[in-house]
Amino acid sequence: MKRCDAMVDVGRRQFLKGGAVAAAGAAAVSALGSAPARAAGSARVAYPSNRLANIADLKDNEPVDVAYPDADAPGVLLKLGTKVDGGVGPDGDVVGFTTVCPHKGFPLAYNSDDRTLNCPGHYSRFDPEKGGLQIWGQATQNLPQYTLRVDDKGDIYAEGVDELLYGRLSNVL
Amino acid sequence: MAYKRQIDRLPIIPANAKVQNVTCHYCIVGCGYHAYSWDVNAEGGTAPGDNIFGVDLSQQQAAETPNWYSPSMYNIVKQNGKDVHIVIKPDPECEVNSGLGSIRGARIAEMSYSRQRNTQLQRLTDPMVWRYGQMQPTSWDDALDLVARVTAAVINEQGEDGLFVSAFDHGGAGGGYENTWGTGKLYFGAMKVKNIRIHNRPAYNSEVHATRDMGVGELNNCYEDAELADTLFVVGSNGLETHTNYFLNHWIPNLRGTSVAKKNEQLPGEPHAPARIVVVDPRRTVTINACETEAGKDNVLHLAINSGTDLALFNALLTYIADQGWTDSAFIAASTADFDKALAANRTTVDEAAQITGLDPADIVKAAEWIAMPKDGGARRRTMFSYEKGLIWGNDNYRTNASLVNLALATGNIGRPGGGCVRLGGHQEGYVRPGYPGPRPAPYIDQLLISGQGGVHHIWACDHYKTTLNALEFKRRYKERTDMVKEAMSNVPYGDRAATVEAIMGAIKNGGLFSVDVDIIPTKIGEASHVWLPAATSGEMNLTSMNGERRMRLTERYMDPPGQAMPDCLIAARLANALERVFREQGKDSYADQFKGFDWKTEEDAFMDGYNANSSGGEFVTYDRLRAMGTNGFQEPATAFENGKIVGTKRLYADGKFGGEGGKATFFEAQWRGLEAPGKQEEKDKFAFLINNGRTNHVWQNAYLDQEEELVVDRWPYPFIQMNPADMDEIGVKEGDLVEVYNDNGYTQAMVYPTATAKRKETFMLFAYPMGVQGNVVSKGVNELIIPNYKQTWGDIRKLADAPEAVQHLTFKSQEYRV
Repeated sequence: MKRCDAMVDVGRRQFLKGGAVAAAGAAAVSALGSAPARAAGSARVAYPSNRLANIADLKDNEPVDVAYPDADAPGVLLKLGTKVDGGVGPDGDVVGFTTVCPHKGFPLAYNSDDRTLNCPGHYSRFDPEKGGLQIWGQATQNLPQYTLRVDDKGDIYAEGVDELLYGRLSNVL
Repeated sequence: MAYKRQIDRLPIIPANAKVQNVTCHYCIVGCGYHAYSWDVNAEGGTAPGDNIFGVDLSQQQAAETPNWYSPSMYNIVKQNGKDVHIVIKPDPECEVNSGLGSIRGARIAEMSYSRQRNTQLQRLTDPMVWRYGQMQPTSWDDALDLVARVTAAVINEQGEDGLFVSAFDHGGAGGGYENTWGTGKLYFGAMKVKNIRIHNRPAYNSEVHATRDMGVGELNNCYEDAELADTLFVVGSNGLETHTNYFLNHWIPNLRGTSVAKKNEQLPGEPHAPARIVVVDPRRTVTINACETEAGKDNVLHLAINSGTDLALFNALLTYIADQGWTDSAFIAASTADFDKALAANRTTVDEAAQITGLDPADIVKAAEWIAMPKDGGARRRTMFSYEKGLIWGNDNYRTNASLVNLALATGNIGRPGGGCVRLGGHQEGYVRPGYPGPRPAPYIDQLLISGQGGVHHIWACDHYKTTLNALEFKRRYKERTDMVKEAMSNVPYGDRAATVEAIMGAIKNGGLFSVDVDIIPTKIGEASHVWLPAATSGEMNLTSMNGERRMRLTERYMDPPGQAMPDCLIAARLANALERVFREQGKDSYADQFKGFDWKTEEDAFMDGYNANSSGGEFVTYDRLRAMGTNGFQEPATAFENGKIVGTKRLYADGKFGGEGGKATFFEAQWRGLEAPGKQEEKDKFAFLINNGRTNHVWQNAYLDQEEELVVDRWPYPFIQMNPADMDEIGVKEGDLVEVYNDNGYTQAMVYPTATAKRKETFMLFAYPMGVQGNVVSKGVNELIIPNYKQTWGDIRKLADAPEAVQHLTFKSQEYRV
């Protein structure tokens, strides 16, 4: 009960704690793939819905550079070839991530041999096949992943991010 | 799915936020941080004038910016009873870390107690006592009275030897000068307690007795020496994961070559190049991978020795270097004793060492050349020697430590820039106590408790159920003995104090043990205890410590402790007050008088009574002066206070004068004698797998805070055991499967992590993790000074279960950085 009481107590600051409601909402959206991406009821920032690419532009295991939610926030789209957590598209294998390391902001490089994102700054590694889980590293966040939606033309839209991006105190500036 | 916080913005630190000094309270490195706090109903803005950074925060900030903080660096806490936002962020101006935050330290804020954001609600808020069959809250007065009456009754019956103590002796969280003094003055000043042990070993002893006996203190250089060395020689340490920002901020620049300009400037007149590194470790670690990435494989020599054979290697290096004439004979003559004697006694050929260690003889020669072959023009090669748990918790601790110090002394590498022979450390340091009144070797406390000795046990921030050797047997007996007291307490009304104490004493006479646990959380060993006393941690109190280069700083109190929790030093003082009162009531005035001098009201009172009055140079050090010295502090010992600053000591022994007789350091004889601790060779012969063990990057210490931190528990729901894939095939297990690790000492569990670089039949298991305690399978065998040997453990492995649900989302890819 202590936890529940404290959550009521915190009132409008609830948005800061990454509550279970928001997490569940985002997961459900990812699974559906084509639903609107706003996690209902959460106090998260309003994200733009930006077209990043078309499914036809993607080839297995070849990274495509993108930016989201604006041009100063580099990221990557990956078609992994097997269905993965958070994956969209006909094969459930398309994912998008920031490529700015959440530790100190160095640019991550994709290694296609073992399908990992690697940071030259301090050797952190993230697994895009596992929702950006930090395999090893210095970041105190797993890698921020895009909420993606694919429309019936195959256009891929990013409509949210699940962790704070490095170098900005609001994901949408 | 990987754990995500779903946090996409944070409150901005306003320009007028309060700023306080913080030293990370986790590992020995002691990175500098600042705590920024401000009213919970206020926030800064993105305009330069509206935030503490004075920059436009509506723009993306660049890599390594000081103007950003991660969600883990943020929380809402109480400060003087009021809610405040807090950001605890690494300090770019601190020489230790230059703004770097590790995956542990950068979570200080998130791992703070917050009712507002539901973090670390496991923290103890009230004294708790065993009442009506469970732990129940009570007042300080009541809890201390019970502890004092039982403790006094045990002393009256058994003398002070009936009081057993387990206590931290270190700095940082669960320690620091204030708290080591508080507990030390109680047990070694007011009383003369001999039956005491330290958090990670079963006796009251130094982990580095040998180097001290040789006249060489173990923290003798400065972190800058890692930037100045020609060669880094490191034994049994995985710096990237265990001394992260020391390694990243001071070793990497030298391996990368970016400190060459500093070498040329500080050490002119000799050639300088990027450093080479020799790593002695049976296992390939991420540290070795990082070194290869930066320095190139040609400049990294990994000596993957047979586990526990370091001593033979060091003796062969000494022999070879001496035979080549590469020793520093002027230094040996001026500053040391017994070189010839030790060299003759320790003489080991390269081939003999190759046979014992399993190394290629050419690699041993190469290591000797990297350590000591004179540089072009004849200048002495500067080599920094360092070691940690692989040596300290390894085979034949005393002799192995001595043989490494021999090597450093022979090559003239102590007290000089780019040198040193240092332990790398675990916790920070913060030791000031009256002398230990017990013998050497000190009593083996765990074995005494197992055998039924002692009537009362005071535990200060130790959790032996997770961090001792022979842990399963210890737990079995400890539970048995403390259960007897629980049963007795349940049979009398708690409110009848006299009857309660009588019942407890009756159980103790029959072999029971009364257990008092002082800690910040309910611990595993606390499950057996009868009283829990809630302690404050660093930042909830002012706390001083020093790091691995003796750099002393003050962490300022930036938040309130949870509930009624108090600093350990004040808990010790109040316990002393209660003991004085009880003994005086009993008419034992002269004994009661010994408990005078504990009238401290604040931790600063304890600091002045302890460090200021008792430490070498302590008279120059006060809270005000330390506060002014910020996150850089000074390096102990202090030698003066001049121009508003405490003057410290960059390197020990810079004048060539050591701590031994006549100001000399003494070479020691240290011959190889195989696996030294009783039973280890038999264990090796009997079981198939080496169960090597140690740390991982995500986790601090025994996960006492991390066990309630989703980022960590999501990554490591169970302790991992790294195994070669061919070994996995042989016993029929897949990645993520749970396996039982077992031998004649006990059994435990771990999750299989396939590791192609692991040698066949050599596994590595995460140490001290609550979901599978590696210490359960570590034998009780210790060295002649009761130092445990965790590393040389052998066992068998069998499958328990397929990977459970909590493991399904994990990755098992290699942890090595790849380009």
